[in-house]
Amino acid sequence: MKFRTQEPEPASMLQMTPMIDIVFQLLVFFIFTFKIVLPEGDFNIRMPAATQSTTSTPSETPLLEVKLRATPDRELARVQLGEAVLGGEQPFFELQSRIRGMIDDAAGPTANDQEVEIDADFGLKYKYVMRAITAITGYIDENGQRHPLVERVRFAPPRSQ
Amino acid sequence: MRFRPKKTGIVEGDLTPMIDMTFQLIAFFMLVINFSDAEQDQRVTLPESELAKPPEAPYEHPLTVHLTSDDQYIYGGFAMDDLGQLRSELVRETQVLERYQSIAVADITIVIRADEDAKVGLVQQIIQACQDLKFERFALRGQYSDARTIGGAQPR
Repeated sequence: MKFRTQEPEPASMLQMTPMIDIVFQLLVFFIFTFKIVLPEGDFNIRMPAATQSTTSTPSETPLLEVKLRATPDRELARVQLGEAVLGGEQPFFELQSRIRGMIDDAAGPTANDQEVEIDADFGLKYKYVMRAITAITGYIDENGQRHPLVERVRFAPPRSQ
Repeated sequence: MRFRPKKTGIVEGDLTPMIDMTFQLIAFFMLVINFSDAEQDQRVTLPESELAKPPEAPYEHPLTVHLTSDDQYIYGGFAMDDLGQLRSELVRETQVLERYQSIAVADITIVIRADEDAKVGLVQQIIQACQDLKFERFALRGQYSDARTIGGAQPR
């Protein structure tokens, strides 16, 4: 009796194509939905309408006024704390130093009592106001610890253009 | 002379490194994907501040208003040139929130994302318009910076 020689079985291979298809589709999905979210933070301001604020209990601590004046090309011309003009090349640092001196002074107002009103020229660039708010509301020390200064900040009514 | 017939096999590239790399990329994107509905707009470059750290908890009822450097207000994805338009949009939004979700206007936080070169007066006008609509809470948004923005030496 004659036996036919059996043909060798083909090597069984796993089908990779569907998996690679799916994997690439996933990759494309993730690439298209990827968005870089920059860390952002807020300065919280509680500013009820003027009619309500006038009826609220008046604070014993006088209101500090920070004035920001603009040059014709909308850059910062000068910073004033009350009537005192803050000179030098770093007026916001000077502003912070003065406010720190007031808050740290034992006989002075506490951080919760004091209120600051920002009176800025209409056309001034917003970044200068943000710097002023940064200088007023707190600072970060060498160890990265945050120290609050004045927490109550408000805006004066907008000046005419 | 006798030639042996050449064996012609299927030439297959080694796919293993490519698949490894692709899986690594997928793992990376899966880890960094962010589904949060962050209200950001590429038209606005926020001013920097070292104190502008992300809030620990999200606001319960935020409404975000953007202000670009070319005096455009953006609310709900629509750009507006006029403050009156923005006011009407806010009125409509507050009516919906009050009527259908019973949210008091005073509990809503207006998040203002103004460009660093925007006019301060326009930011103040937005706040004033919102105050007229009885909004009380405002959040001025800035971009977090590692460096000191107000100059001077780091305090002790």
